[in-house]
Amino acid sequence: MFNRLTWSAVAFALTLSLTSGVDLARAQGTIKIAYTDPLSGPFAQVGDQNLQQFKYIIDWINARGGALGRKFELVAFDNKSQPSDALLALKSATDQNMPIIMQCSGSNIAAALIEAVDKHNERNPDNRIVYINCGAVATELTNEKCSYWHFRMDAHVGMKAETMVRALPKDVTKVYLLNQDYLFGQSVQRDVKAFLAKLRPDVKVVGDELIPLGKVKDFSPYTTKIKASGAQAVLTGNWGPDMTLLIKAGMDSGLDVRYYTMYAHLGGGATAIGPGGNGKVRSIMAFHENIAVETGKTDTEGWTKQFRSTHNFDFYAAGFRTIFEFIQAAMNKAKSSDPAKFAQALEGLTITDMLGHQVTMRKDDHQILSEYFVGVFTKGVKYDSEGTGLGWKTEVTVPAKDLDQPNTCKMKRPA
Amino acid sequence: MEVLLVSLLNGLVYGMLLFMLASGLTLIFSMMGVLNFAHASVYMLGAYFAYDISRHVGFWPALVLAPVLCGAVGALIEMYGLRRVHRNGHIAELLFTFGLAFIIDKAVQMAWGLLPVAYRVPAVLDRPLFTIYGTNFHAYRGFMLLISALMFCAIWLMLTRTRLGLVIQAALTHPEMVGALGHNVPRVFTTVFAGGSALAGLAGVIGGNYLVTEPSMAFTMGPIVFVVVVFGGLGSLAGCFIASLIMGFVQTFAVVFDVSLANVLALVGIKVTEASWFGEVLTIPLPRIGALLPYVMLVLILLFKPRGLMGTRDT
Amino acid sequence: MSESLLHTAARPVTAARAGGLLRRHWPWVAALAIALALPWLLYDWTRARHSGFGVAMLSQMGMMIIFALSYNMQMGHAGLLSFGHAVFFGLGGYCTAHLLNTIKAGGFWLPVELVPLVGGLGGLAFAIVFGYIATKQRATAFAMITLGIGELVTSCALMFKSFFGGEGGVSTNRVVGTSLFGLNYGPSIQVYYLIIVWTVIAIALMRLLTETPLGRMANACRDNFERAQFVGYDPSRVRFFQFALSGFFAGIAGGLYALTYEIVTFDTVAGGMSANALLMTFIGGVGTFAGPIVGAILIVLLQSWVSLLSNSWLVYVGVLFILMVTFAPGGIAGLVLMHQPIARSGRMGRLAAPYARMAGPGLFVAVGFVLLIELCSFLTIGASQGKTFVLAGATIDPKSPVPWAIGALLLVGGGLWLWREGRRVRAAWDAVMEEIKAAAARP
Repeated sequence: MFNRLTWSAVAFALTLSLTSGVDLARAQGTIKIAYTDPLSGPFAQVGDQNLQQFKYIIDWINARGGALGRKFELVAFDNKSQPSDALLALKSATDQNMPIIMQCSGSNIAAALIEAVDKHNERNPDNRIVYINCGAVATELTNEKCSYWHFRMDAHVGMKAETMVRALPKDVTKVYLLNQDYLFGQSVQRDVKAFLAKLRPDVKVVGDELIPLGKVKDFSPYTTKIKASGAQAVLTGNWGPDMTLLIKAGMDSGLDVRYYTMYAHLGGGATAIGPGGNGKVRSIMAFHENIAVETGKTDTEGWTKQFRSTHNFDFYAAGFRTIFEFIQAAMNKAKSSDPAKFAQALEGLTITDMLGHQVTMRKDDHQILSEYFVGVFTKGVKYDSEGTGLGWKTEVTVPAKDLDQPNTCKMKRPA
Repeated sequence: MEVLLVSLLNGLVYGMLLFMLASGLTLIFSMMGVLNFAHASVYMLGAYFAYDISRHVGFWPALVLAPVLCGAVGALIEMYGLRRVHRNGHIAELLFTFGLAFIIDKAVQMAWGLLPVAYRVPAVLDRPLFTIYGTNFHAYRGFMLLISALMFCAIWLMLTRTRLGLVIQAALTHPEMVGALGHNVPRVFTTVFAGGSALAGLAGVIGGNYLVTEPSMAFTMGPIVFVVVVFGGLGSLAGCFIASLIMGFVQTFAVVFDVSLANVLALVGIKVTEASWFGEVLTIPLPRIGALLPYVMLVLILLFKPRGLMGTRDT
Repeated sequence: MSESLLHTAARPVTAARAGGLLRRHWPWVAALAIALALPWLLYDWTRARHSGFGVAMLSQMGMMIIFALSYNMQMGHAGLLSFGHAVFFGLGGYCTAHLLNTIKAGGFWLPVELVPLVGGLGGLAFAIVFGYIATKQRATAFAMITLGIGELVTSCALMFKSFFGGEGGVSTNRVVGTSLFGLNYGPSIQVYYLIIVWTVIAIALMRLLTETPLGRMANACRDNFERAQFVGYDPSRVRFFQFALSGFFAGIAGGLYALTYEIVTFDTVAGGMSANALLMTFIGGVGTFAGPIVGAILIVLLQSWVSLLSNSWLVYVGVLFILMVTFAPGGIAGLVLMHQPIARSGRMGRLAAPYARMAGPGLFVAVGFVLLIELCSFLTIGASQGKTFVLAGATIDPKSPVPWAIGALLLVGGGLWLWREGRRVRAAWDAVMEEIKAAAARP
């Protein structure tokens, strides 16, 4: 039962929240960029690695003058993989009038953010914010759910699927599709099949599986099926243990297939796969440390090498540096950090990235168009991954113009 | 035929892996009625300890040392934590282990970092043992089978042939009476908890390099282990063993049989496509929901047999 | 279950006039006044707008209060430990989101104020279906069935796109223009006031429920289900009704979630949200009606605010939880209620001094512990993320032994001192209780 003492406690607890509107005081004059990703809980490594790479990039770009003569400052918010916490982070960012919020991991969170940013900007035209998507790849975020205030800085699922199909060599004619059973995996499944039909009608899909997300521990029944189907390549969008356990089970049972993945190059992948994956595992990626070596770009090579020497994982987020180069260019072009002005400058902008390629922010749907690579995990490369002795070597380069796919975005532009 | 044999083998290996994880938990659960949420975290600790030890002295010492360390951790938890909480009831103990799981998970993250670690299968076992119908059977899987079979035999012998085992068995069904007869029940509890934790640690040593050793491994392994233990029933090691095997076979064979409810309905002449009523549900093929079947089976068995498959008592 | 964990004192129902009603319930009225006033205390006067973060956090507190109270209907009042309560929260949210979309498309008319009710009805419907299965059993079997159901629903939420919208969830827009009061609910402060109204209604209803025969029989079945059967009620039917009604209130909370965040994703049905309910209810106190309210406020503060300040907030939650379970299984409310007999006899003053003396060392222990954990965290994780440990404007270097020594000293020294003061508090407590007993024994 309640009594006044309990109620005093309640009142006290409520009063505690007086301090909740903490204005995290920061140095004046910096351009603050909010960043939200899981920083605690089971997916903490994602946010953690992103933060480390961001810090390196921001130090570098601030040394080059930042934008509008001001330095960039990243303000991190932990969203614990929950959309409601990401929306709280958005509120905190808009409370402090930050011009940009970035988010890289989780299309469910991205979907929530796009809608929330749209509604906020509509209801608060004097305090707008731009949402820069650094890694949520569901295709509909720039199709059905597209928004003027959202800019995606990574290739989406459709583009990655096309890259995967383009990377298949001529002698591979039987492929097995295996994906995680949720929106992302189902998109990969659909898009890969569509591009196979369009670009490689000679290839036969001999198996097409969906597995529950994160629940399968033993992939040996799947390797049995793959073997029985006679597939020469396994195409998968799986990430995390769903990917590494699949590859390990295949290697253990002596399955002679090529693995085409989208995430083997991210932190932890090389360690988990191990030296046994030599020559078998491929990944669709925006960057790996040996590309600069292969194309002779020594200053880029030196830059990523310095990151390696001070961190315990490889630098893979070239896209993050491109983001900041875009922000710098757009703000300087608009001569302002006001979201409405700089968003207008950002769309349609083209810059040259650190590998020397032309990268464009497409105006219709705010999707970035940049080159993509397919690397194979192999011995004998200059920079190995995570101390395993093996590293990535480019097998196929797909230029940006090949990935300029049609989109269904009906963007509502502000007046 | 080929598919059947290979699947039987796969199912057996997976079932035995589940048993390794679940055996410790079933001992603790049966004995003390505590649903130990920290069990998967101790499993993770075992894998990380083995990683560190094997980096310095090798895999085989790690196989012995890591479980001992985990047993020590378990004993400490029981003596200084659970014993105090015991008088507040089973729910309080369960919640205590729940909070403990958070802390252990975070401690692992702080000690070993957030990324997976390179805990590898020892070279001598990293080869195919034999080839069946063109597929290699990896030697390490055979090793896993061996260890889990030994585990089962060892626990069974201890429970039925040793004095301590008999006391434990009695306490499984009549804990108060055992105390009344003069046995040092708290000491027995500590021994059982430490033993269960050591088993979890051993499972971590074996499973950590077969699967991936990373900070989220406790989070992903946890639920299925509970399902196996509860399905097998309280107070029964044999029930746990059979439940693990059943779960292993069900999940393995579900992947092989590509049928859906729509196929079954088609047999009786009802045509269902994706667009029809509940079509999305009815056209789901079995492989897609294979990993969910344990939960369905859990709910079903608890409805009809709340003590589990071979359980001998309620909480 | 031990009595100390789940003791619910009986409260005699007496007739009272309106004035007397207000006087008796003054803590509730005061809490309501504070809740109404808080957004204005956080108002940003320089920019003439509400603190978006503050209002969002207060809204979250409101929802979680209803959610935690509904969970306590099962855990505290009926003795049912459930691991899948978030299912009704999330499903209520999904129903509300679909309803709002239908209203917007013109297919249905319902004022926005009544929309959470539909969430509640959705939660009720699913609670009836799942409850029919789950409440056939009790205790551990019940808990495991709810675990299984929770996992299954979470997986379904990911797999099926038609109702659940897949990974991206179901998004909606609360500005549908069907308000009874002409509000458009665009600004979040209006949604906050709607949440307050619904919270008051839900609290009142749940409180009244505890006084009904159903509520009393639920208590009876929790305490001794065999004896309850002899009274003539079927415990499994009592459990079923209690479970269904608790699902109704959870669904209301889910409906408010859908209105506030305008998107419902699969994490609203997942195990993490169920674990939240358990944490909030337990830390607040299962033995009292209002305990979960305190727990909800505290946990939302920890999750939303402390997590911004530190990556180790999970450790603090875990430690708080363990401390509660070990030393104060009645939760915060239970701790406060222990003082009831002392307060009634007017002897609280005797404890004031010993408590005050405990405050100092208690603070040292807390500060020392937090310092050590943060140092650990910055040394391993934070450093690589480029964060520096800044406390009150001064940068602390985790590599130098000085802060470690300070932290260890505070923790250990403060701990020993706290132990001594704790013994004094215990002595004073015992003395006071003896006096009270002696005074009561006198004719």
